[in-house]
Amino acid sequence: MQTYDLEANGLSGLNSTLQSQNTETNQTSWEVVNPKGSHAIAVGLDAPIEVTVKGSTGYYCAGMNQQATIRVEGSVGPGVAENMMSGEVIVDGDASQYAGATGHGGLLVIKGNASSRCGISMKGIDIVVHGNIGHMSAFMAQAGNLVVCGDAGDALGDSLYEARLFVRGTVQSLGADCVEKEMRPEHLEVLKDLLDRAGCDAKPEEFRRYGSARQLYNFDVDNTAAY
Amino acid sequence: MDDQIPRTVPIQSATFTNPINAEIRRAAATGIYDIRGGGAKRKVPHFDDLLFLGASVSRYPLEGYRERCDTSVTLGTRFAKNPIHLDIPITIAGMSFGALSGPAKEALGRGASMAGTSTTTGDGGMTPEERGHSSKLVYQYLPSRYGMNPNDLRKADAIEVVVGQGAKPGGGGMLLGQKISDRVAEMRTLPKGIDQRSACRHPDWTGPDDLEIKILELREITNWQVPIYVKVGATRPYYDTALAVKAGADVVVMDGMQGGTAATQDVFIEHVGIPTLACIRPAVQALQDLGVHREVQLVISGGIRTGADVAKAMALGADAVSIGTAAMIAIGDNDPKWEAEYQKLGSTTGAYDDWHEGQDPAGITTQDPKLAARLDPVDAGRRLRNYLKVMTLEAQTIARACGHNHLHNLEPEDLCALTMEAAAMAKVPLAGTDWYPGKGGGY
Repeated sequence: MQTYDLEANGLSGLNSTLQSQNTETNQTSWEVVNPKGSHAIAVGLDAPIEVTVKGSTGYYCAGMNQQATIRVEGSVGPGVAENMMSGEVIVDGDASQYAGATGHGGLLVIKGNASSRCGISMKGIDIVVHGNIGHMSAFMAQAGNLVVCGDAGDALGDSLYEARLFVRGTVQSLGADCVEKEMRPEHLEVLKDLLDRAGCDAKPEEFRRYGSARQLYNFDVDNTAAY
Repeated sequence: MDDQIPRTVPIQSATFTNPINAEIRRAAATGIYDIRGGGAKRKVPHFDDLLFLGASVSRYPLEGYRERCDTSVTLGTRFAKNPIHLDIPITIAGMSFGALSGPAKEALGRGASMAGTSTTTGDGGMTPEERGHSSKLVYQYLPSRYGMNPNDLRKADAIEVVVGQGAKPGGGGMLLGQKISDRVAEMRTLPKGIDQRSACRHPDWTGPDDLEIKILELREITNWQVPIYVKVGATRPYYDTALAVKAGADVVVMDGMQGGTAATQDVFIEHVGIPTLACIRPAVQALQDLGVHREVQLVISGGIRTGADVAKAMALGADAVSIGTAAMIAIGDNDPKWEAEYQKLGSTTGAYDDWHEGQDPAGITTQDPKLAARLDPVDAGRRLRNYLKVMTLEAQTIARACGHNHLHNLEPEDLCALTMEAAAMAKVPLAGTDWYPGKGGGY
């Protein structure tokens, strides 16, 4: 286990050190102490290493992650795992706005709640939130899966493309072009896998599935009232 | 008897002109606003309204063809470990693969590289061909984040965070379904054939305080190697420049309303934003007030056509300019040789702007393989190189005539204005006077 004191050694030293690890590194396990809400912790990683952040972080923790597994033993600020490509990010606490924004791949697990715009413009990432999510989540979400074990706020999935949304609790309201859809066996299978990987004991059958009605995919003047 | 009564001459309304009336009829027939490419077509105060004073008794000129007049510029000297060194202060603006064909993007890369300058990606990400043919490539970081990935980010020579563009400040874009080929769809992670909305604001930050943190993240991911530009559509140039500097930009790109776009509403293009001429002095003033003029470079775009435009922008304080529409014309857009086909599309040479429809006879704003094949990227790249060289020579000619051995030494005192509007916007005296509106704080 390698330990990096962020307060003592600075942010750029941390990121350049973690970014310099490759697939053949022996230093596969890292611990970051004294994060104290710093921004851009463990961003741009591209190696199958494990990083544990011992405390809460600011904006963009684990941004653009590839391959690495990053755990935050605290809560995270806006944009955790933004544009993640692969790997895994686990947040033991809550997440602020834009969690997993524009992510292309990998798995983001939030053990607490996520604020507004969770999964905005997601492009293939899988996100599992053990608690609730805020308003305008999955706005313009293109691909991937968003699993919410609690409740969802207003305008869920507004202007949704092909991302799949699963919510166990209540949905305050659905956004434009987002509708409830049939939960078929293949969806239950996907959901079960995600719940297992996220360490969540909820049953897939307790969820409802939401997706795009695909009515706004091509501009039509008769749809302008929807915007 | 009636023949002897003088008839009233038919008078066309200056308000309800024929083009306006045609648009009313078109709107009534279709129920949708007009979408088009390009920038503002309306006449606005521009560089044509300024003149250089040239050498006289009080100044002496440099000898053309003999005395050196440098044109190089370095962008990104504030924080980046590897600033971009360009041979000429004219860059190629961001235009996406998707909006433009593959051969067109290749031609832009080839031409820019041969001329010793940079080209820029656009919405949809970076293609290997574009990277391969561009010796210096600026990677746009856009609200849609289509095709955005850290590997390409690290391949870039600079990153341009796009807050807005001059054709549509505050607006997003729409790449219509007919231009969504398999490749474009795959790059953007969206189904083929659907209209692809490009968001008007970034998904994970709002406001200058957030932008500062976003720029920090980008720098950390790229190890502080490359310059980070912030591009804004010209609306409030003083404050936008100041806030971009505050957020940590190495370079501010200010795009006036004549700057083009691939597709947006005509009403947006013509009625939102301010002219390029009006945004330079406030942006420069902001840099000067913050003590970072020349340390944070200013790139001006929107309607740059000639070496005279380049020289005028630089005389007003810009470090470099960027061209989009002019570069497209150089490689073959709106070429008279396609007139018959423009006519079939209901347009004519010089006016063709339905770039969003993907039927461009010149093979530039299309994803149709047959049309795209009409553009030879090698030949088109050579034309762009020639054009950039001519613009540079023109700017050097003017600079020498004003007694300067570097384009950066051009200054507002080298200029005068032909109109009150241009004098007020550029803050240079009306020709033959020592006065411009607002000078001394008066009106």
